[in-house]
Amino acid sequence: MSKRLFVKGNEAAAMGAIEAGCRYYFGYPITPQSDIPEYLSRELPKLDGEFIQAESEVAAINMLLGASACGVRAMTSSSSPGISLKQEGISYMAGAELPGVIINISRSGPGLGGIDASQSDYFQSVKGGGHGGYRIAVLAPNSVQEMYDLTMHAFDLADQYRTPVMVLGDSVIGQMKEALVPNPRPVRELPAKEWAVRGKSGGEQRIVKSLFLGDGELEAHNWRLHAKYRQMMEKECLSEEFETADATLLVTAYGSVARIAHTAVAMAREEGLKVGLFRPITLCPFPEEALKAAGQRAGRILDIELNTGQMVEDVRLAVGSGVEVSFYGRPPGAGSLPSPEELLDQIRKHYA
Amino acid sequence: MQQVFTRPESLKDVQTHFCPGCQHGTVHRLVAEALDQFGVQQKTIGVASVGCSVFLYGYFDIDVVEAPHGRAPAVATGVKRARPDSFVFTYQGDGDLAAIGTAEIIHAANRGEDITVIFVNNTTYGMTGGQMAPTTLVGQKTSTSPYGRNKAKDGAPIKMAEVLAQLGGVAYSARVAVNSPKNVLQAKKVIKRAFQFQAEGKGFSFVEVLSSCPTNWGMAPLAANERIGEEMIPYFPLGVFKDDPIAQD
Repeated sequence: MSKRLFVKGNEAAAMGAIEAGCRYYFGYPITPQSDIPEYLSRELPKLDGEFIQAESEVAAINMLLGASACGVRAMTSSSSPGISLKQEGISYMAGAELPGVIINISRSGPGLGGIDASQSDYFQSVKGGGHGGYRIAVLAPNSVQEMYDLTMHAFDLADQYRTPVMVLGDSVIGQMKEALVPNPRPVRELPAKEWAVRGKSGGEQRIVKSLFLGDGELEAHNWRLHAKYRQMMEKECLSEEFETADATLLVTAYGSVARIAHTAVAMAREEGLKVGLFRPITLCPFPEEALKAAGQRAGRILDIELNTGQMVEDVRLAVGSGVEVSFYGRPPGAGSLPSPEELLDQIRKHYA
Repeated sequence: MQQVFTRPESLKDVQTHFCPGCQHGTVHRLVAEALDQFGVQQKTIGVASVGCSVFLYGYFDIDVVEAPHGRAPAVATGVKRARPDSFVFTYQGDGDLAAIGTAEIIHAANRGEDITVIFVNNTTYGMTGGQMAPTTLVGQKTSTSPYGRNKAKDGAPIKMAEVLAQLGGVAYSARVAVNSPKNVLQAKKVIKRAFQFQAEGKGFSFVEVLSSCPTNWGMAPLAANERIGEEMIPYFPLGVFKDDPIAQD
C-alpha cells in the first residue's frame, strides 16, 4: 500500500502532473493557485524538466502550445481572470488538436471579484470559453485525492483525444489539506503522437495549425472536432452517486459545494428523508445519461451551485420536462459559502 | 553542364501566391539558404505567425507550428525548451511582433531563449489590407491613418532592432534591407550570422528585414523598392546593433 501524505489540493495537482510524466510547466502567479507553480519550480528542475514563469497568462498558454506541439506532456495553471487571458491559446490548441492540461483554481468574479470559492466559471469552462465553437474536457475534483487522480486522468484524456483538458477547482479544493494516497499513474493505451513536430528527421513535413482555407476544409474540421466531443460523451462521462437508489429528491452539485451537499444529504437521511446526491465529475462531457436515470427515478431535483445558476441549465436539459428542477445558489464572495445546515434547510423545503 | 543556381533544399518547389513585388520570397530564400548552410533542415522547427507570414509552411520544407497573433516567441520558447536539440526560428511581421506581440518578443529576448527571430518590417499590416502598423513612418498614409501617421497622436515608429539590443539576453540584433542586390547579399550574411548564434547555442538572435508591400503602399514594385531606400532606411538605419557571443555568460 502506498504511503499517505498530508498535502494541499494545489500540491496534489502538481504531484499528479509529475506522476503523469509532465515535465514542462508554464505559468504566471495568481491567487489561489500559486502553490502549483511554486511546487513545480522546486521539483521540475530536479527531474530535468522545464519551469518558466511567463511574462503573462497569454505567453504561458502559448508556451504550452509550443511544447505540446512537440509531443511532450505539458501543463499550465491559473485562476479565473488568468484563464480568461488564456482563452485565445486554448481556442488555438483546440483548433490545432493539441493536448495540454490547464488547471483552473477558479475564483470569484466578474472582473477582479475576489479570491473566494466560486463556481461562476462553469459556463466559460464547459461551453468552449474562447472563440470558434469547440469543447474541451473539464474535470471537477471535490477532494485533494481527486486533484491528484484527476490531474493524471486529464493528461490521458488530452493525449487520447488530442484536446486541451481543464481541471476545474476552487480555493476550497486548492487550499485545503487532506490525506492523499499518491497512486501510480493509470495505465491507458494511448495513440502515438505521429503529428508532433520534431524537425523532419528524414520524414514527411509536419504542420501544427488551425488555419484551414481550402474549400470545405474548415467545415470538415469542425465536424471532426465535434465527433471527438461525441465520442468523449459516449466513453468518458464520470459521476458519483450517494444514496440515490430510493431517493425521491435528488441533489445535484459538483466540486467544493458537493462536499457540503454530501454532508447535508447524510443529515437529511438521519431525519428519514429519502434524499440522494448526484455529483458530476466530468462537467464536459456532462454525464447526461446517468443523471437522466437518477433524476427520473427521483422525480425531483434540487441543484446547488456557488453562482446564480449555471450547471442547472445542463441538469434541466439532461432530465427533460418530466422532472421538476429547482435551484439554490450562493454567488461567490466572502462569507457566502453555505453551511451543511443551510443546505439541509433547502432540502427540507424542497422535499415533498 | 554545371548547375550554378539551385533552389535551397529547405524550400519547396511551389509557385508563389504572394502579390507582385512582394519580398517575402526573397527573405524566404535567404532564410532557407542559411538553414541549408548549417545543415539543419531536418531538425528545424519553424514558428509561423499571423499575417501574410503565416504561409511559411507552404514554402519551407520543414516542420512548422502556427502561433496565434503575436505569440510566436512564446510558442517558440515552448518548442525550444521541449526540444532543445532542434533549430527554432520565428518569422513575423511588424504588426504581429511590434504591436500585439510586444510582450512576447521582449520577454523571449530578455530570457535569452536560444531561438532566431526573423522580423519582416514593411511598415504596414499587409494581410488585413494596409492599416497603420507600429512601424508606419510619420506622415505615411494608410487605411487607418488616412491623414498620415501623426507623431503627436500615434507615436513614433518603433525601432525594434535597437530596442532589443538593449536587453541582456540578446546575443545578436541587426537590421538589413532587401531593396538592392548589395543589401540582399548583406542580409544573407547577417541572417547566417544570426543563425550561427543558435547553431552554437549562444542565445537569442534577431534580424529585422526592411521590405516592401507594393499592394498596400499603392505603388508599383520598383517604386516601392525605391521607397525602402529613400524613406525607410533613413529612419530605420541598417546595421548590427549587438553582436555579443558571450551575452549568455
